[in-house]
Amino acid sequence: MSDVDPASGSRDEPGAPPVSGQAPAVPAGQPHAPIPSVAHGDVIDHEIENPVFITEELSVSYGSALAVEDVSLSVPEKEITAFIGPSGCGKSTILRCFNRMNDLIPAAHVEGMVRYHGVDLYGSDVDSVQVRKRIGMVFQKPNPFPKSIFDNIAFGPKVLGMKGSMDEIVEQALRRASLWDDVKDRLKDNAFGMSGGQQQRLCIARALATNPDVLLMDEPCSALDPISTGRIEDLMHELKETVSIVIVTHNMQQAARVSDRTAFFIVDMGSSEEARIGRLVEYGPTDRIFTNPHDTRTEEYVSGKFG
Amino acid sequence: MTTAEAGERPVSEVLGVPPAAHKARDRGFVLVLALLTSIALLVLAVLLIDTAIDGVPQLSLSFLTSFPSAFPAKAGIESAITGTLWLMGVVTFVIVPLGVASALYLEEFADGTRLWNRIIEVNIQNLAAVPSIVYGILGLAYIVRGPLSLGRTVLAGGLTLALVVLPVVIITSREALRAVPPSIKEGALALGATRWQAIWRQILPSSIPGIATGVILSISRAIGETAPLILVGAATFVAFNPTGLDSPFTALPLQIFSWISQPNDEFRMLAAAAIIVLLVLLVILNAVAITLRNRYQQRW
Repeated sequence: MSDVDPASGSRDEPGAPPVSGQAPAVPAGQPHAPIPSVAHGDVIDHEIENPVFITEELSVSYGSALAVEDVSLSVPEKEITAFIGPSGCGKSTILRCFNRMNDLIPAAHVEGMVRYHGVDLYGSDVDSVQVRKRIGMVFQKPNPFPKSIFDNIAFGPKVLGMKGSMDEIVEQALRRASLWDDVKDRLKDNAFGMSGGQQQRLCIARALATNPDVLLMDEPCSALDPISTGRIEDLMHELKETVSIVIVTHNMQQAARVSDRTAFFIVDMGSSEEARIGRLVEYGPTDRIFTNPHDTRTEEYVSGKFG
Repeated sequence: MTTAEAGERPVSEVLGVPPAAHKARDRGFVLVLALLTSIALLVLAVLLIDTAIDGVPQLSLSFLTSFPSAFPAKAGIESAITGTLWLMGVVTFVIVPLGVASALYLEEFADGTRLWNRIIEVNIQNLAAVPSIVYGILGLAYIVRGPLSLGRTVLAGGLTLALVVLPVVIITSREALRAVPPSIKEGALALGATRWQAIWRQILPSSIPGIATGVILSISRAIGETAPLILVGAATFVAFNPTGLDSPFTALPLQIFSWISQPNDEFRMLAAAAIIVLLVLLVILNAVAITLRNRYQQRW
């Protein structure tokens, strides 16, 4: 976490210096004017032919605090979709709705709709375990199991009861993650002996071993050096032939490099630090978001004025 | 002393002079700590040496392989050793499944915000601090007599000792489970594992070294316990090895207790020898626990 609270950094400047005497009522982090609600249609691009996911007015709250509000977007098939925005804008939270990872947080409450190939993921007859079998996830910090490289890959196929030779399944997964040549001679070694970049590619291979339809990546390179990051980005380009990818990233350049479509989220500062609500501001083809953003906040963010 | 050389300035001019009082206070603090530590070590050393002087001459193969006797020269601790081993077996058999299951429930399934679960948690913490003699009374009333009515048997003694250490096993097992980062569970669940598969195949195996360490330390505490065994009525003069769970038994601490209360000095020497045997047993168990922890514990 290199950047602490990038959202508040530059945006509070217009508000300062505060009017004397009245300052305490308005925290420094509050924007000068409330963010107008986004008019859907002009900045949210809905024209996607084969959506994997469609969210409709998706809101997530933790306890009584609303974390992210009213997100409506469609994620295309076999493309890379990037979610960008400052810390706390809810991009990870939305990502975690796609495989129902938010279920693990007892206080999390999801409203609105997430459709996966037309199926309501939060429908009463949907089993979250079945969802996660189809939708893989890679996390911010590499989280290999404290086991051999082989066992790390084999775990998913085993719990899913996949048929076929486990050796072949493991080899194929490692090849897809272009890790096979690095590790083929030490499959029995503990995964903790690998470098951070290799561990993250192992986690990608692990997710691929169950042949998911979608790969969700939650800031997969934030703990990695530039060379490892580059290898993972190359890998993503190869993988999008076969899987749809949604990546959350802090790094705008990364979004520009790898993604086909980009969604820009923002933190709507409420009256206090606790009342920060994430919102989707703009969503469309990456080229357009970076070269011709329609919303001024997107423009400020992608041009590096804040964040 | 090169301060006079060209361009170089004295250290004190650049960094300032450290207050003399700081250094003195640091040194005084270290001294006090060393003194307090040495008091504890000294007491331990005196006890060990005193025991060794009395006990070492008594140690022999025949001491280890004889039953108690009215004649000090013939008396030994075979039945006490076998009794202790039986107790260890019963205790292990009871505390591992119960302790791990309770810890898993409290760590992974119980909703910690519910009043009921909070009551359980607080009670387990409290139970760990209850004097062992209270468990002895419980064992006497409910295990030896009362509902279970097992009599003064190995099983009754083992169950009572298991109750004494169960809270500690639960607490240490919970800590071992908690030491596994949540990212491991998330990783397993994200692959489509069920909650049970994630716990059974990833979290539990990762925490086994920590759980095993806690279990071994608990067993070593259990075999040193005397008071509960006196209350459940373990015999102190048992001239045979236990033959099963329903057999009468004695144990090392009981044998020591009984010999020390004898007026005859020679029996006290025997008690010292038995103490050495018990200590060796405890050191071995603790060494195994430390080795397990150092070798297998996962560093995340």
